[in-house]
Amino acid sequence: MIDRAELILTSRRDFVVGTGATAAVAALLGFAAPSSAANRSVQFEIAYQELLRSATPIGSGLELDIPKSVENGAFVPVALAVDSPMTREDYVKSIHLLSTANPAASVATFKFTPLSGKARVVSRMRLAESQEVIAVAELSDGTFLVAAQNVDVKVGGCGL
Amino acid sequence: MRKPPRIKVPASIRAGDVIEIKTLATHIMETGNRKDAEGQPIARDIIHTFTAAFEGDRVFTADLGPGIAANPYIAFYLKVPGPGTLQLTWIEDSGTTTSESVAIQVV
Repeated sequence: MIDRAELILTSRRDFVVGTGATAAVAALLGFAAPSSAANRSVQFEIAYQELLRSATPIGSGLELDIPKSVENGAFVPVALAVDSPMTREDYVKSIHLLSTANPAASVATFKFTPLSGKARVVSRMRLAESQEVIAVAELSDGTFLVAAQNVDVKVGGCGL
Repeated sequence: MRKPPRIKVPASIRAGDVIEIKTLATHIMETGNRKDAEGQPIARDIIHTFTAAFEGDRVFTADLGPGIAANPYIAFYLKVPGPGTLQLTWIEDSGTTTSESVAIQVV
């Protein structure tokens, strides 16, 4: 019984320490942590801030199409798109796909040109566990768009 | 890549069309986080870059991480300026580069 109680206490302390560390890094980077920040990895927060620099992203206009629930995290279809004229004057430069709980935050960066004609890409990603998936688009005028989707994963992506 | 990648383009294309190009590479996409039966770490081995160029002009690039699933599937778009060659390239951690040329013919 004592062993079991100690075990529970230890894991709870580790959890609190871990959450505190994430919040500390968030504070260090000088941005207000959103309510769900406790579930976002430190490496994600760093990658996200590096991407946006000081810009404030717009929470619409970027389509992140990914299932809300998957059986197998090894193979998750994902589509990313921005409705853009894709002209030399007005196009989508890139769309970044980020994971908040995989060992590596940056899943992929897709870079477009006016020759793309359409700012849309379809791929398949890995999810180590249930988490929030984030996409960030950078437009040619310097505007950033952001989209997020929680995905419930029954079996994590193998070997992540 | 053990097997050549699979590439699919629409059958009938006119100049000015925006077409979808579907690609499927054959690759384990080893993350570098796994261990073998003896507990030794398995080195990362992924396709880290995919590029598409039409007649030498860049169309699309993907920088891939270990979070992309094995046998990377990537579908992207091309606004066809006219007939020409689409060059697709996959670059692996090992340095191996696989290139495929697709003739884009317009009707």
